[in-house]
Amino acid sequence: MRILIANSSPDPIYEQIVRQIKAQIIAGGLSEGEPLPSIRKLAQDLQISVITTKRAFDELEAEGFVDTVAGKGTFVAAQNAEFLREKRMKAVEEKLAAAVAEAQLMGMGHAQLSEMLRLLCEEGS
Amino acid sequence: MTPEFALELRGVRKTYPGFALKDVSFTLPRGYIGGLIGPNGSGKTTIIKLIMNLIRREAGDIRVFGLDNRTAEVEVKSRIGFVYDVPGFWDDQSLDSQRRALGAFYPRWSDETFHRLAREFALPLDKKYKALSHGAKTKFALAMALSHGADLLIMDEPTAGLDPVFRRELLQRLSALLQDEGKSVLFSTHITSDLERVADVITFIRGGEIVFSLTRDELLDGWAVVKGDERVIRELDPRLVKGVRHRAFGVEALVSDGGAARRAVGSRAVVDKVTLDEVMVLMAGENRHAA
Repeated sequence: MRILIANSSPDPIYEQIVRQIKAQIIAGGLSEGEPLPSIRKLAQDLQISVITTKRAFDELEAEGFVDTVAGKGTFVAAQNAEFLREKRMKAVEEKLAAAVAEAQLMGMGHAQLSEMLRLLCEEGS
Repeated sequence: MTPEFALELRGVRKTYPGFALKDVSFTLPRGYIGGLIGPNGSGKTTIIKLIMNLIRREAGDIRVFGLDNRTAEVEVKSRIGFVYDVPGFWDDQSLDSQRRALGAFYPRWSDETFHRLAREFALPLDKKYKALSHGAKTKFALAMALSHGADLLIMDEPTAGLDPVFRRELLQRLSALLQDEGKSVLFSTHITSDLERVADVITFIRGGEIVFSLTRDELLDGWAVVKGDERVIRELDPRLVKGVRHRAFGVEALVSDGGAARRAVGSRAVVDKVTLDEVMVLMAGENRHAA
């Protein structure tokens, strides 16, 4: 597991942790059943408040990314349907981002790009 | 039952000529790091001396692990590790003889822990206390405090005069200590960057009064600084505004709800993350230490 906290980021530290752990679960870097470090261990390693770390874990649990087993620790949860959907959406987003970057390189504007996307969607349906 | 709080102060009062602590109340939950911040002379050291019962309170209640710090003084003190800016060590005695003399007072004293820390801190045990550098004195005080199995570490300005490398090391020690959920730390400091990340609860004292006691996230993620012109600042909900300062090129306001401020000002002002330094400066009010 890899977590990098940016002090200069406008995002709260707990959000940075949530986002990075989520990203690693979605990308498959953390797989189902894998244990996460304890809240206090993570706080120590990142040199951050225990309360901040606890909040990040609570958030991940509320969103179904991890399960906490009392006395045992926190584990990556089984991936559910919504979760897989998010994973796929992310893949789509990445491909779209690549297309946008390519379009911008050749000076293609938003309107032109949207039109192309609309046509593609119509073709596909 | 294990008490919920490592430390509880309720309505604590102490009066000196020209200075008074007024009804000081705050708590530190067990298992966390609490930071006590405030300008010089605001009462941080007085609060710590009251907790240690080095001076007598006039009113109020101080409990350590649920025990009254006066009636249960012996037990309370055996569970506190105290690192003070003027520590009670003998100048002319070697570190090792002080270890022997002082260790005897603590039922849970561990020579093993002491020697391990002494090695890690590279303490010259045969040297006299007065021959130590400021940093080494602090390390010695810390090693002594950590060797008697204290459940609550209380440190008064432990990082003052120390270089960033050692300050970082000290903070790492603290979070290592907190791997045990039964341990807690209270430390006062005016070097706020030390607390910005590791502190769980931040208590701000000014002029002998507690201004707030909030979790790090409530304060540093919730509060914000609005930077704009006078007109925009004046439109802000006065209940949110905690302090205002006029600068050469605009006005800065400390607000207790960054999200609400952002919605209110839109793009007419900048809403920025806040640092503990800015909290202290902006709450000090207009024209104090003004350039």
